[in-house]
Amino acid sequence: MHEWALAESVLTAAVEAAEKEKLKTISEIKISIGELQQIEQEIFEFALGEIIKSQGEKLKNVKTIIETEESTLKCKSCGHIWKFSDMKKKLSEDESEAIHFIPEVAFVHTRCPKCGSPDFEITSGRGVSITSIKGER
Amino acid sequence: MEVRISVIEKRLKNVKRVISVASGKGGVGKSLVASSLALNLANKGYRVGLFDLDLYGPSSHIILGVKRQGFPEEEKGITPPKVNGIDFMSVVYFTEDKPSPFRGIDVSNIIIELLAITQWGSLDYLIIDMPPGIGDETLDVIRLIKKSEFLVVSTPSKVALGAVSKLLKLLKELEIPIIGVLENMVMTKSSFIQNEVGKLGLPYLGSISFDKNLEESIGKPDRLLDADFMKDLDKILEGINL
Repeated sequence: MHEWALAESVLTAAVEAAEKEKLKTISEIKISIGELQQIEQEIFEFALGEIIKSQGEKLKNVKTIIETEESTLKCKSCGHIWKFSDMKKKLSEDESEAIHFIPEVAFVHTRCPKCGSPDFEITSGRGVSITSIKGER
Repeated sequence: MEVRISVIEKRLKNVKRVISVASGKGGVGKSLVASSLALNLANKGYRVGLFDLDLYGPSSHIILGVKRQGFPEEEKGITPPKVNGIDFMSVVYFTEDKPSPFRGIDVSNIIIELLAITQWGSLDYLIIDMPPGIGDETLDVIRLIKKSEFLVVSTPSKVALGAVSKLLKLLKELEIPIIGVLENMVMTKSSFIQNEVGKLGLPYLGSISFDKNLEESIGKPDRLLDADFMKDLDKILEGINL
């Protein structure tokens, strides 16, 4: 359940950002989950809930909104653009699981579906990030 | 907004000392020094972690004879599997040891991800096996692991020292703690490296003689503990209270 570690990262970063902005309480955190990381949303939400319970006042009434970002990959060699969902079925269970832990191992286990190059980039949908935070001063 | 960096310090909170074994140059024996240092300290009863940060050519798992055993266990993150008494983390758990063609931004992302999700727990020492050079990995360790100290490895060669001294100058400029320079693979006695390290105002820790039988100990930690290489290393460690 490494979703827990990522949930903890989100909340720690949110509290840090709120402190910087002098927010007394955080009312909403919008979280983007990249498709490539294949997060188990239920586990992630459970972890967020448990960590929020154990935190202080700042996060007491926080609402978390989770959005999934589609993963797009672009070949640096031939310019081809594709989606992670297009190639996921070609991966073994272990390869897919490895990408779940570290999205960049996509460069190890997959290739550009058009030219076979390993030299591509993740243009969207890599991992977990915060897109916005709302709160009161 | 990047979220993972915020949690890295917390993951290393209960690690007393972080020692990055580094060199500006490849092929000087960093991985052997790092793995042997971890083995040596674990053998003395310390709680030790080893983190192989060489993402292109990881080799600590070969030196320690780690057999592939699936993914690390998950417990509020990932738990480094125990190998010969060492909590060992490496990208090989996820790459199946296949070629890993990463660009710089991907290297940084992998390091941040592993630092954010690895639960090291309480350790006396975390040893980091650094890749050669002063690129992404070195800069990320300096940026993300504020308590890291550097143990720098060179060989007696002028060619090695050319690159090693660049790392040393950078670390000095950034006021990063440097334990000192260890000279590896010494075949003929010479004071060249010791003098050059002295000119930089840094500690020269001692030398490890070229051990022609060392290859037979690779992948066999029990033999490595008895190797001449380890005896020389142990003398150096004694001198720096490790």
